[in-house]
Amino acid sequence: MLTYAIKRLFGAIPTLLILVTIAFFLIRLAPGGPFDDEREIPAEIKANLERVYHLDEPLIQQFGRYVLALAQGDFGPSFKYKDYTVTELIWGGFPVSLRIGGIAILLAIAIGAGLGTLAALRQNSRLDYTVMGFAMTGIAIPNFVMAPLLTLVLGVHLKLLPAGGWGGGAVRNMILPIVALALPHIAYISRLMRGSMVEVLRSNYIRTARAKGLPERLTILRHALRAALLPVVSYLGPATAGIITGSVVIEQIFGIPGIGRYFVQGALNRDYTLVLGVVVFYGVLIVLFNLLVDLLYGLLDPKVRYD
Amino acid sequence: MSASAIQPILRVRDLAVHFPVRVGGLFGRWKPLKAVDGVSFDIMAGETLGIVGESGCGKSTLGRAVLRLIPATAGQVVWLGDDLLTLEPDDMRRRRRDLQIVFQDPLAALDPRMTVGDIVAEPLVTFHPDLGGDEVRRRVRDMVAKVGLSPEMINRYPHEFSGGQCQRIGVARAMILRPKLIVCDEPVSALDVSIQAQIINLLMALQREFGLSLIFISHNLSVVRHISHRVLVLYLGRVAELAPRDELFARPRHPYTQALMAAAPVPDPRRERQKLRARLEGDPPSPLDPPSGCTFRTRCARATEVCATAMPGLETVGPDGAAAQHHVACYHWRDGFRNK
Repeated sequence: MLTYAIKRLFGAIPTLLILVTIAFFLIRLAPGGPFDDEREIPAEIKANLERVYHLDEPLIQQFGRYVLALAQGDFGPSFKYKDYTVTELIWGGFPVSLRIGGIAILLAIAIGAGLGTLAALRQNSRLDYTVMGFAMTGIAIPNFVMAPLLTLVLGVHLKLLPAGGWGGGAVRNMILPIVALALPHIAYISRLMRGSMVEVLRSNYIRTARAKGLPERLTILRHALRAALLPVVSYLGPATAGIITGSVVIEQIFGIPGIGRYFVQGALNRDYTLVLGVVVFYGVLIVLFNLLVDLLYGLLDPKVRYD
Repeated sequence: MSASAIQPILRVRDLAVHFPVRVGGLFGRWKPLKAVDGVSFDIMAGETLGIVGESGCGKSTLGRAVLRLIPATAGQVVWLGDDLLTLEPDDMRRRRRDLQIVFQDPLAALDPRMTVGDIVAEPLVTFHPDLGGDEVRRRVRDMVAKVGLSPEMINRYPHEFSGGQCQRIGVARAMILRPKLIVCDEPVSALDVSIQAQIINLLMALQREFGLSLIFISHNLSVVRHISHRVLVLYLGRVAELAPRDELFARPRHPYTQALMAAAPVPDPRRERQKLRARLEGDPPSPLDPPSGCTFRTRCARATEVCATAMPGLETVGPDGAAAQHHVACYHWRDGFRNK
């Protein structure tokens, strides 16, 4: 399994290289540059800036320079936040996004899997229809609608929770963004879970477990759950990578200092290194979580072999 | 064995399993599909009852309904004095210690995520939580060895075994609690002929050793003949004929039984060609829309007007001897044998 993991990690290098290449040239295709401001800067200052940041070199040389630095773990300086390197910015925002996203995804797994299982066990009952109705609604409502609604009701009208702000990471400030982040995932996971659980419950070995005289609770927990979790696990890989790198919308609405905002700000400001840094960071996480999913598959399904 | 002297351990009375089926699309109405309809039989301790019939005649449904793995619509299943069908779920669950089942598809019946050792141990751990880990392992190894597998294999997963080996695991799992009755639901129909014989002989050996009763469901007459003490012939969810094995195979009374026996291949080409055939025409009618009267009359050469009036009841063939245990549901069973 370890050799498999190492092999996979080496296999990720070309993937990431392609990602960097496409991202590098795409952002350069966008009109404008990092030092185009509304206020015109004198030509010589601009030329000076461009020389310092090597923007005056041919594009291909810049690309080589970037990839070389990247290979040594250097994301370069930010063009906009001039006192910071991209690495500093990412590591500054990531813990915040990780904390909120991590809790949200754990919440989504627990509640989503629970609701889905419950709905599957009471298939076609009123409970089933209620859960699936809420799930459909949860998937259909985008988070830029859900988040302001939550703020409005719980924050502004009922004044139960702060309507926004980070508050230095106070629990009260985290509740609303976590809920807003988790809701669509809860909805999606519960639908996935219900579907696979319904199928698993019909399988022969569940009948065997019942025939053995196993209590129903154990039949579900020991035999059905592991099998039913497989589709949820494959969904979780990319979902987790996405959620812990910060939701652009949620972080903007609640004013959270995570890295989600760099996705957009970096792109708008033509902060080339920041955009590329965030893209690479996200790419690495996607690769890692997909690997994690594949390894988890091996734990959940003994038929999976790593060779 | 004298059946009158021994109390049956299992008495099934008028067991019925109806599935509601919607006929006629979206706005159709629900109609009962009578998979099992009014079946009664007894099983003695240590006895094997064979249940035969064509595909779709309700054999498996009957076997599962007896163990309450699917809900019965009506009737009684009396196990040592208790009606299993009316027990509280938890009381029923406890009875499963004595009532086990071996399934048809050996691989699918095993949880792919559990090692063979865990699969076989699970019933033991469930019903004897006080047993220590060493004792559980010892019993599992004994049982695995008893069904002819190497005890070293217990750490493997089901997909690493062949069909025959999986069925041995299924038998070991059913046997580990030393149950009093095992329903064998077509346990060999998915296996090669040579493996079939091994599993059948294994079941018979275990039966001799532990004195358990078997309900052996199969569509294979020769297998049923080999293992059963008595045989029940099922047609469209109803008992066509029920008799001690030798009596049934020597003197089949029901035209359906006779047709089944005629259809069974004889492993001698010359005799096979000479065999008089009571041909069974077509498929059985849909259990959703069975014929009036005797459900077999649409395929029966002996059918007359009386057959369309009402379903014939089970009649006892003779006053004493094997004939007294021979029951047949046919208006014309006295008309002699067609191909004897």
